[in-house]
Amino acid sequence: MKFTLLIQSAPIDSQSSATALRFARALLAKGHEIERIFFYRSGVQSANRLALAPQDETNLPLEWQSFISENQLDAVVCIAAAIRRGIVNAAETARYGVEGDNLIEAAELSGLGQLVAACAASDRVVTFGGGA
Amino acid sequence: MSDTTLHILNRGPNQAELLNHCLDSYSDGDALLFIEDGIYWAAEHYAEQLSQFHCFALKPDLEARGVSASGIQTVDDAGFVDLCINHSRSVSWT
Amino acid sequence: MKHFLIIARQAPYGSAAAREALELALACALFDQPVSLLLLDDACFQLLPEHKPAAIQQKNLAAMQQSLPLYDVEKIYICEKSMHQRGLQPELLSLEVVPLDAAGMKKLIREHEVVINV
Repeated sequence: MKFTLLIQSAPIDSQSSATALRFARALLAKGHEIERIFFYRSGVQSANRLALAPQDETNLPLEWQSFISENQLDAVVCIAAAIRRGIVNAAETARYGVEGDNLIEAAELSGLGQLVAACAASDRVVTFGGGA
Repeated sequence: MSDTTLHILNRGPNQAELLNHCLDSYSDGDALLFIEDGIYWAAEHYAEQLSQFHCFALKPDLEARGVSASGIQTVDDAGFVDLCINHSRSVSWT
Repeated sequence: MKHFLIIARQAPYGSAAAREALELALACALFDQPVSLLLLDDACFQLLPEHKPAAIQQKNLAAMQQSLPLYDVEKIYICEKSMHQRGLQPELLSLEVVPLDAAGMKKLIREHEVVINV
């Protein structure tokens, strides 16, 4: 079956992003397809390349980066949610006249329409995190 | 496949109202999976309150927190995937 | 085409949750997917009339709420119990609502293929 996964909470502040990654791995292991992984609300922090983890801790953005690129998956970070929370690519920072970028390479910034389209094209939609 | 819902609950007793909404929304044939902090509902103390619902608890989260599920089935991540397959939709109560 | 149900549980302005739920509901409508909105718990307060968020430097949610009917989201579902617990009446709210009890919530969920608790 085709799945769309929606992640709405940030790593560290919530377990949800980590749960979503484990679920995504289990999905592929069982031979299912991932239509799209979409990061919304604070979930955009999952795509922050500048989140650094001490040696003995998991670096979730790095893990998402590896998982998405190794499996050639489609990962989208909601642009409106991301730029407000400081998750940006070079194109956006240029647009706003600031320096720097920190979006993981494996994800792209785009609109909620990508989430809607993916859900419409999937057999199952599973969401992780959100709330307060 | 019948039209049923997998309810996924990831918060514990601090958010009792969330469990209430989840249970209010539960229809015959649905299932309720406790994950993350939601696994505390799987303990003995809440067993009677939840006896009419088809409940599951995610093993890695039970283990992490040192909680034993009381009279409900535990699943691993592969089992979590199966639950999503077997029900036509999921609702995450979060 | 899928039927989307967006569930909101948070009050407006204290976090981005209310706005981000509305944005998702509007996105579904813009992309021609039938969408319903269900308000639970403090999300009921989103429909109090006369928001003036300029005082806290935020955008008024009312503008987004008023555009819902323009995109065919005519019915806002609301949890009856949540409303009563908060002393709210449908007549006092800024948009037309359909109060639901537990049976109504079960039915609403079964009518939608994609349910997102924002």
